[in-house]
Parts: sequence; structure tokens; C-alpha cells
Amino acid sequence: MSNNDKTLPPQIRIRNLNFYYGKTRALNNVNLDIHQKQITALIGPSGCGKSTLLRTINRMYDLYPGQRAEGELLMDGKNILDKDVDTIALRAKVGMVFQKPTPFPMSIYDNIAFGVRMHEKLTRIQMDDRIEWALTKAALWDEVKDILHRQGTSLSGGQQQRLCIARGVAVKPRVLLLDEPTSALDPISTMRIEELVHELKSEFTIAIVTHNMQQAARVSDYTAYMYLGDLIEFGKTDDIFIKPQDKRTEDYLTGRMG
Amino acid sequence: MDLAVKRKLINAFALACSLLAMVFGLFWLAWILWMVIGQGIGALSLSLFTQMTPPPGSAGGLLNAIVGSAILVGLAMLMATPAAILAGIYLAEYGQQTILGKVTRFINDILLSAPSIVIGLFVYAVYVAHAGKFSGMSGAIALALLVIPVVVRTTEDMLTLVPNALREAAFALGAPKWKVILMVTVRSAKTGIVTGILLAVARISGETAPLLFTSLSNQFWSLDLSEPMANLPVTIFKFAMSPFKDWQELAWAGVFLITLGVLSLNIIARVMFRKEEQR
Repeated sequence: MSNNDKTLPPQIRIRNLNFYYGKTRALNNVNLDIHQKQITALIGPSGCGKSTLLRTINRMYDLYPGQRAEGELLMDGKNILDKDVDTIALRAKVGMVFQKPTPFPMSIYDNIAFGVRMHEKLTRIQMDDRIEWALTKAALWDEVKDILHRQGTSLSGGQQQRLCIARGVAVKPRVLLLDEPTSALDPISTMRIEELVHELKSEFTIAIVTHNMQQAARVSDYTAYMYLGDLIEFGKTDDIFIKPQDKRTEDYLTGRMG
Repeated sequence: MDLAVKRKLINAFALACSLLAMVFGLFWLAWILWMVIGQGIGALSLSLFTQMTPPPGSAGGLLNAIVGSAILVGLAMLMATPAAILAGIYLAEYGQQTILGKVTRFINDILLSAPSIVIGLFVYAVYVAHAGKFSGMSGAIALALLVIPVVVRTTEDMLTLVPNALREAAFALGAPKWKVILMVTVRSAKTGIVTGILLAVARISGETAPLLFTSLSNQFWSLDLSEPMANLPVTIFKFAMSPFKDWQELAWAGVFLITLGVLSLNIIARVMFRKEEQR
């Protein structure tokens, strides 16, 4: 546990957040602070709303008519949920990595340049530097530096996922949302990604959804336990895992439910 | 009877049935190919590609018909594919659930199964009848109308196959919708879309009925799109129905050429698709 969490204000303040899939309510009055340069884990049984919460932060739900969010999601004093928020600019600040690796059908180089080109105009040399920087951050540079022209899809599953992380990092967001980033990977790749997430903490605010409670305990500083759209308990990971305040959290963590 | 034995018997029976069905299907295909190759290969010669269609009783080739077919098909593809691909993109990416999208999809499906002779008559009524003469241009338009529904459909199908996760990943990087479509979705579906185009070429290169009412045929060399234009299918039709031995032989050679062309297009499309899957 780092000791700088007291000094930095929360990166994102979530206040009275409700989310609807059509008429079905998926989040009930969620209140939560995502702390700057800390890792916040969202845990809970399937369908509890943790991915929904994550997808609200970068307005991913905008893609689907019928999905809507109410409440406040404050970042830099501005409500992300406001109609006039430019989602393109928002997504430059809030990156996301998904459950399954999703390399684009282009070269490794272009996979990373794709996002950067959306927001910045770089010279070739600057772009080369950015790509090396992002791949180094994602602990993939040594493996791919000689095959940057190859298709992203030619990499192994674990490498593809690190490519996706590099792609997200390359845009230089302030927040990284990780939606079960290791659930499709083998234990070794999972370990590498976890180490990587830990490294990234020094520069990014991270929110990670995971089904794996050991993973949450290993990587996160804060943990939020969700159940049926409610935020049941939120606090420092050590406190949540060692002495949960709520009976439901304890039941879930000890495997009596979920 | 023992359950396992019974199961094995049923399995053997089902296997035999499906094998029989396959043999039945392949038998006719093999017979057609055998016949086309047997009759066509004898009529093959260099003069086929260097000389014009002859009057009965003299030597000649199919040069004007081959070139005419290439022009008609090429022009039809040029007119139809851009519009059809854009329509397919609209259906898959924008109009999935809208009324306009649903109506377009329905009409496209009707067009897809419309008999080609209907298309030919349509172009005859709106174009040829007004122009007062048969023309290469009207033939290309009729063929284009046959291409559009095929390419719209395959483009839409191939785009719908692209996993949504890929689109979301691109959106999550802050890409606007048109860039997501152009650089990620269409790119992923590229091989499938090209395959659809190749299959459309294969489909129209053998079409006769729509050309009978539009391009008709031309005994002589002509590149003028406002005049009747020679083409393989109508020439084959005309020559095969004739009582002249040398015309009939030329018809077989034409049939052989078209079959070979369609067959290779299909093989190319398949090889391309497989390569993509292996990558």
C-alpha cells in the first residue's frame, strides 16, 4: 500500500449513480471515489453491475440506444454524464482494456498508432518514440521490437492483451479501465499482466473489474464489493479482505455466496 | 438391442444417407464438367482469341465476344460495387434497427431472388425502348442491377460477423464512428467483402437472359457502348441453337471458357478466404 493516497484528491467522484438497460435498473445509487494513481478493484458475482459501472466511466454505453445513466460522475469538476461532454476527448483521458484481446486487423505498429493519431499530430520520429514508450510500458517491447510490421493478430493471447494495454497507454490517458483483463489468459500471462498493472500505477489511475478475488487482493489498493447493482462495501483492500464490515461481503469473500 | 449397438447402427445409416446425397449432388456437377471439358477442349485454338465471330461455314474465333463480355462485366462491377458496399455498410453499421434499414434489407432480399430475365425486361422498358436500340451500356446496367443485391448482402453479412468487442475497442480509444468503420470494421471484413465481389462477377459472367433484351449481340468488333455489344453468353446461345457444325463448336469453346473463368473465380475466392482464416 502506498502512502500517497491521502495527499491526492480522488480522480473520479461517483455520486448517486443509477444505470438503466431499457427499463431494467442495473446500478442503484452508487457512491464511490476512484483514487488518483491507485488501483481500485471492483468485485462481485456475475451480473452485479461492476462492468456496467466501468463502462459508464468512458460512456461506452452511448453506443447502445436504450442504455442510460443518471447521477454524477465527476472528473476535474465536470460531470462526465452531461450531454455536452465530447466522448472522443473523454476517451482520450479514460482508456479501456477489454476481457478478450482485441487486436485490430493491422500491424503491431499501427495498432498502437491508431489511437494516438485520433488525438495528436506527431511526426514519424515522435510516433516511433511513442510506440516504443507504450510497448515498453506494457512490457512487450523486447518481444516485438523486430516485428512491428507484423499483424497484431499474429501474437499470442497474452501478448495480444499486452498490445491492447500498450494501445490504451499510448494515448496517455489519466485513467485506465480494465474489464477482466486476464480472464481469457493462462496463469503465466495473467501474472505478467498483474505485474504490469502494478507498474502502471505510478502514472495512471486504474480501475479493474475482476472475478478473481485473489487477483483483487494482489493488485489493488481499494476494493469495492458490489451485489445486484448495489455497492455493498468500499474501502482499502486490506481492510475489506481482513475485516469486512458487511456480512454479505464476508460471505462472498469466504466463498459462501457467489 | 444394446443401446450402444443401436446408436452405432443409426450413426452408420445417417452417414450412408449423407454420403449418398453427396454423391448424387457431385455426380451431376462432375458430369457437367466432364461434358464441358470434353466438348470444349477440342474446340480450343489460338484463333479463338484472335479472330471475330464468323459467319456460318467459315473459320473464326470469339475475340469480340470475349472482349465484349469483359467490358460489360467490368463496367457493371464498376457501377454497382461502390454503391453496394456503401449500402451494405449502412445496413450493418447505421441502419441495423431503423425502419429505413429494415425496408432496404427486405427490398434487397427481393432483388436478390428476382429472376434475371425480369431485370433484363426492366432495363429494356426504361432504357432500350426509349433509346430505340440495343446497346452495350444497357447490358452493363442490367448486369449491375444483378450485382447490387449480391454485394449488399455479402457486405452486410461480413460486417455483422465482426465481433462487437473490436468496435468497442476502437471506440474506447476515442475514434469517431466513421473511422471505426473504415479502419477497423471494414478492414476486418475485407476478405469476405472481396469474396462477395468475386462471386458476383462469377454470377453475372454467365447471365444470358438480361443481355438478350439489352446488349443483344454483335457479329462484329465494336467498342461503342451505344451499339449492340458482343458477349459470350448470348453468342453461345445463338451459336448453340444454330444448325451449323462450326458455330456449335465455337459455342462449346465459349461454354468451356466461361466455366473455366467462373471455376477459377470461385477457387480464388475460397483460397483468399482460407488464407485469411489461417492468419
